[in-house]
Amino acid sequence: MTDLRDTPPSLDRDALDAEIAGLDALGFPATGHVSFLRRSWNSSWPKLAALGFAIGGWYLVVWSGWQKKFVLPWPHTVWSRLWQDVANGKIPDAFAITMHRAVVGYAIACALGLVIGVSFSRWRVLRVALGSFITGLQTMPSIAWFPLAILLFQKSEGAITFVVVLGATPSIANGVINGSDQVPPLLLRAGNVLGARGLQLYRTVTMPASLPSILGGLKQGWAFAWRSLMAGELLVIVPRVFSVGARLQNARDLSDVPDLQANMIVILAIGIFVDALFFGSAQRFIRRRWGLVDPAA
Amino acid sequence: MTLLDRPTDLAEVQTLDQRGHERDEIIAIRGATRVFGHGPERVVALDRIDLTVRRGEMVSLLGASGCGKSTLLNILAGLDRPATGTANVLGRVALMFQESALFPWLTVRGNIETALRLRGVARKDRRPQAMSLLESVRLEDFGERRPHELSGGMRQRAALARALAQNAEVLLMDEPFGALDAITREVLHAELERQWIDHDLTVVFVTHDVREAVRLGDRVVLLSSRPGRVEADFSVTLPRPRRIDDAAVNELVNHITAELHREVRRHAND
Ligand SMILES: Nc1ncnc2c1ncn2[C@@H]1O[C@H](COP(=O)(O)OP(=O)(O)O)[C@@H](O)[C@H]1O
Ligand SMILES: [Mg+2]
Repeated sequence: MTDLRDTPPSLDRDALDAEIAGLDALGFPATGHVSFLRRSWNSSWPKLAALGFAIGGWYLVVWSGWQKKFVLPWPHTVWSRLWQDVANGKIPDAFAITMHRAVVGYAIACALGLVIGVSFSRWRVLRVALGSFITGLQTMPSIAWFPLAILLFQKSEGAITFVVVLGATPSIANGVINGSDQVPPLLLRAGNVLGARGLQLYRTVTMPASLPSILGGLKQGWAFAWRSLMAGELLVIVPRVFSVGARLQNARDLSDVPDLQANMIVILAIGIFVDALFFGSAQRFIRRRWGLVDPAA
Repeated sequence: MTLLDRPTDLAEVQTLDQRGHERDEIIAIRGATRVFGHGPERVVALDRIDLTVRRGEMVSLLGASGCGKSTLLNILAGLDRPATGTANVLGRVALMFQESALFPWLTVRGNIETALRLRGVARKDRRPQAMSLLESVRLEDFGERRPHELSGGMRQRAALARALAQNAEVLLMDEPFGALDAITREVLHAELERQWIDHDLTVVFVTHDVREAVRLGDRVVLLSSRPGRVEADFSVTLPRPRRIDDAAVNELVNHITAELHREVRRHAND
């Protein structure tokens, strides 16, 4: 048999290099670049328009005289009340208390959810035994936990944290589990061939490949945590702690509608802000990095 | 433009061949059988395969789709085991697929550094080594790109660099250029040949394209389907560099294709 390795074939290396360079120049996908200002304007004007329509609609409903002004005040009345309470520190104080609870509960839920998710995706038995239980927990309305939470912790911070954690953990764990289920088998094989096994394969391939799904779980977990927290603050009023929820409940008791609606706006604003600005942009970033979106879009 | 120089002188090759020493076996497959499924859905993917590859050889593994080529490569790569028989590879193995299988969350350089890390290369040495590997596949300007920002041919070259980062002696390739256009494919044939020479590799190249098999292989091993067996083993003594449209390549392609047709007709009488 001819052994050509003993007579190194005379490759024309320069010609080959030239062809490769030519192909690269031709085949390199062009990436359209849109300026930051243009991009932010494109994404923000529909939102601003929608907000305008919502406020306009609110004015129309009040103007139609469907309810007494005492029950449904003008938007600008609510707005000035909101500013007043922001300026005199009541809303900032309430915000600080509520966000502190949210952050503590959510952080515990993240730690638990990640540990549960990773263990479930690493050990099949756990998965088979408890997987559907976790999904079941996710469908349980958090408010249904409160009677038990109040029996266990009385009307305390503990009761609220308990329910927030129970509300958010299953979503986060499920994000991790689903992510590891959806890792492309080809990438796992590639990792295997590169010599990654067991935990190293998990760290090198499974974990980063499931990051988009994990982020989805974290986002959903936040939504559940925030709802559970609001339910908790309305139900479990800890004496002399004026959280956003407690102020809302207080406004209802006093039939102070501008105060009530101002607090509702705060709750809505926090929800939108965290979801869109934090999770939304993190998701967009990850999807772009992972090549899950058309770079030109 | 010619890609490669004038063919090496045939007579010269043959004299060298006569002087040629036995190269040692680096891959030895003996009686390997692999069966998938049970009962009526039972598929004999590989049936008592015997195949040896010598160090430094470039072997084309040719066969219709479904004849067990990928199964055989998986076994050689250690991702699967034969049910009976043995498959031994005496050396480090790298495997490339039809898709680059680069990790999309890493840059091209990050992908190569990951291979170096898993091989145990010290952190401070990874970057310079990755850069020189990128240079060897002419991707030095694209190290900071992500795989999805590259063309298909560039991705396969990056995958080749990642395979080289494993410092493997045996490179297994499963239809690696199957998804590329004709011209890119031809260029990559020459590129593969260059890496094969420069890194002293043993290559097992799986394809269902007869022309590609003849263009690249020192040998063309023909696998039959159902069950997968070694049907024929052609040695290709055509001098390198070859071109895919050389007359001599054509002649051998026609010969092997005729053989393939005979084999297919035999199935009609089963
Ligand atoms: N994991 C599997 N489970 C069941 N059947 C399989 C599996 N892998 C391969 N096969 C079967 O084995 C045969 C050979 O497959 P493969 O090695 O992928 O062929 P090729 O790569 O030559 O196209 C095919 O008939 C395929 O359906
Ligand atoms: Mg295949």
